[in-house]
Amino acid sequence: MTTATSTEKVPAADSGSILLTLMKLRTFIALFAVIAFFSIFAPNFLSTANIILMSKHVALNAFLAMGMTFVIITGGIDLSVGSIVGLCGMVAGGLILNGIDLQIGYTMYFNVVEVCLITLVVGILIGAVNGLLITKLNVAPFIATLGTLYVARGFALLSSDGQTFPNLIGKPELATTGFGFLGSGRIIGLPVSIWILIVVALAAAYVAKYVPIGRQIFAVGGNERAARMSGIRVDRVKMFVYMFSGFCAAIVGIVISSELMASHPATGNSFELNAIAAAVLGGTSMSGGRGTIGGTIIGAFVIGILSDGLVMMGVSSFWQMVIKGIVIIVAVVVDQAQRRLQQQVTLMQLAKKG
Amino acid sequence: MAAETHDTILKLDDVTKVYSGIVAVKHASLELKRGAVNVLVGENGAGKSTLMRMIAGVEKPSLGRILLEGKEVEFNSPADAQKHGIGMVFQELNLFGNLSVAENIFATREITRGLGGIDHKAQVHKANQFLDKLDAGISAETMVEDLPIGQQQLVEIAKAISLDTRILILDEPTSALSAAEVDILFKVIGELKAQGVAIVYISHRLEELMRIGDYITVLRDGQITGQAMVRDIDTKWIVRSMIGSDAKDFAKSLDHKLGAEAFRAEDICLPRKTGGFAVDHLSISVRAGEVLGIYGLMGAGRSEFFECVIGQHAHSTGKIFVAGEEIAAKDTSNRIRKGLALIPEDRQREGLVQVLSITANLTLASLEKFVKFGFHISGEREQAAVKEQVRNLSIKAPNPDFDVTSMSGGNQQKVVIGKALMTNPKVLLMDEPSRGIDVGAKADVFRTMRKLAGEGLAILFSTSDLEEVMALSDRIAVMSNGRVTTILDRADATEELIVKAASEGHKSTREIA
Repeated sequence: MTTATSTEKVPAADSGSILLTLMKLRTFIALFAVIAFFSIFAPNFLSTANIILMSKHVALNAFLAMGMTFVIITGGIDLSVGSIVGLCGMVAGGLILNGIDLQIGYTMYFNVVEVCLITLVVGILIGAVNGLLITKLNVAPFIATLGTLYVARGFALLSSDGQTFPNLIGKPELATTGFGFLGSGRIIGLPVSIWILIVVALAAAYVAKYVPIGRQIFAVGGNERAARMSGIRVDRVKMFVYMFSGFCAAIVGIVISSELMASHPATGNSFELNAIAAAVLGGTSMSGGRGTIGGTIIGAFVIGILSDGLVMMGVSSFWQMVIKGIVIIVAVVVDQAQRRLQQQVTLMQLAKKG
Repeated sequence: MAAETHDTILKLDDVTKVYSGIVAVKHASLELKRGAVNVLVGENGAGKSTLMRMIAGVEKPSLGRILLEGKEVEFNSPADAQKHGIGMVFQELNLFGNLSVAENIFATREITRGLGGIDHKAQVHKANQFLDKLDAGISAETMVEDLPIGQQQLVEIAKAISLDTRILILDEPTSALSAAEVDILFKVIGELKAQGVAIVYISHRLEELMRIGDYITVLRDGQITGQAMVRDIDTKWIVRSMIGSDAKDFAKSLDHKLGAEAFRAEDICLPRKTGGFAVDHLSISVRAGEVLGIYGLMGAGRSEFFECVIGQHAHSTGKIFVAGEEIAAKDTSNRIRKGLALIPEDRQREGLVQVLSITANLTLASLEKFVKFGFHISGEREQAAVKEQVRNLSIKAPNPDFDVTSMSGGNQQKVVIGKALMTNPKVLLMDEPSRGIDVGAKADVFRTMRKLAGEGLAILFSTSDLEEVMALSDRIAVMSNGRVTTILDRADATEELIVKAASEGHKSTREIA
């Protein structure tokens, strides 16, 4: 059969697919629902101050969730991000407060930009360790990153003997002042951390859609063997996603210590779970191959607004956990239902066409 | 022999099935006869598999009824159908690779000793009986994932036989079997027939259908276009009913000059886990514009050889030359860049990324060609290239942005071929390119191969179809037990010579083993 191929337009959505459209937009709908709910029931919820405060909270989780999204799309998982947040916070704080003692009577200090760069490199390096364990030594991602979770947390605690690095104001003569700008500074009315989030999120979304490595991330998660056979350097793709995840975690470490002007080694405990929750809520499939950055960001907002709103309403933190858990489960159930419904709707449209 | 009349055991009454992407079956009525081989043929996407999946309880018909022994039945699951005595061997194998053969055969109906758990000994013993019936030469304790795909198919057949079925559906059971294994399978089918089992046999190999079929049903585009007794018809009739007109199976070989040597493999070796070599000091050379057919039985090492060439086995040794230049790189990406491309045998596991669109699958191996400024994938360039491939290979795709799984097997295979061609290879390795493809798609693939050879590509393809290797190749290499036992020019090749050479290496296997 050598029939010429015709490319037809996708049949336009009709009344039969309204439910499907609703389900596709479920993260948006959930977002509007939580916003609407809390603007009615939580006092001051819609005040500018509160919105900015909440966005700052959400941003922290959103960074981690973006890194996590790429990792999950390749079919992996990164449990170490919370610990990387803690360790990177300690690295930044330690460098500002104590510098590096060169053991010959001199101590080397870095300015704030250098401190941030070094911290980011530390985050990327831990991600690279994860990647190497997974690609070269064939350790399962869950185990490899569980290992680095403990190691990184351990080093964070060791760095200060479990103490907090306080008062990261720096000294003008050492050019270490100005660290607080990242956490509490503003550009055109928006906190700096939000601007960073916007830049990183746009870059990540662009990479996912328009850069070869983005396409390859999906291919590796969809069918690793076929990806390998097609000449995709699977190991390189995996290294990239874990390093990007480490990079995102390092940003969070810097931002948190900058907001508090102090570094505490226990910072970031269990952040990885919130990040996974945001990614899943945003439609990322744990079996790999599916997910979007946009969805993940919205997922992070839903979770963040939910917990902040409940606090403002004075709901007990125990109940908060229950509610958060239920929201995550419902999200996944709806996700599955949507896939089934999608197939049915396509069938109906085909049947109508004849 | 077919003089006696067979009564109907199962009847499909005016069934229709709609899938995403396609109306797979349109108002089809079909009767299956007891104690006979009911043959079903049709091009890929004609709806054969869908029809059978409805009988086996995998799918439910969108419209219409199923009558078993005159009574209307409804199967909600394969287990339901199994209870009614219907067993099916699927085209895409459904085995648990991480379990042993015996565990696979007895999955969901394990032999237990009351509270004492599974009686593994009894299972292995019984499984071996079924396997012996098939002369499979497989131990029931082997892990399924350690078996080559053809032997896995035998396990599936053993499993279906073990179910004591009244209706046994075989969907392309011979697509990975060697001639000897096919003979054994036919013997088993004969025995089952004598026991009154209704066999449904789906295959693309017309000579097989003529050999064992009693009743034949031809499908085209989801509709039944012909029903007859096999003894009343010939292959021409089948082909006519299938594609509407008499079609030539193979593309005419264009006369073109062969160029200089394009590909040479020297002393390729791949040690086997269990000792010995899967690819045993293999050397071969192909000229530009030449089609080299590699014939061999299952386990002859054809796929392994291809995988060594494309760089999937890090511990393989030997040298590879493309256009006289040695390829030092060991990894697949660099070898693809140097002009090698492989179309793998198993398109579901190795060829396609199911979650991606047709477009993304086509351009997966050649993304860098569409990149602007060093990182940006240009949508226009990508779309244009995809359109060109879709046209060149006559891929029937309603929309290139749909999931690749929305297409039929033959079109999926064309996508895999298109993906390889988009890397602009100098040497094309095709591992069983016609596996599980209908006559029409096969002809398309063969025509493409000829055309590419005419354009100066060196093509190596493997097959276990004698007719195919004789018709398509400029030269024929016969592999057996990891070695090339003979290389023949097409003019000198006869079927006897090839068959003899194909079993040569296996004699010595027994001695070594």
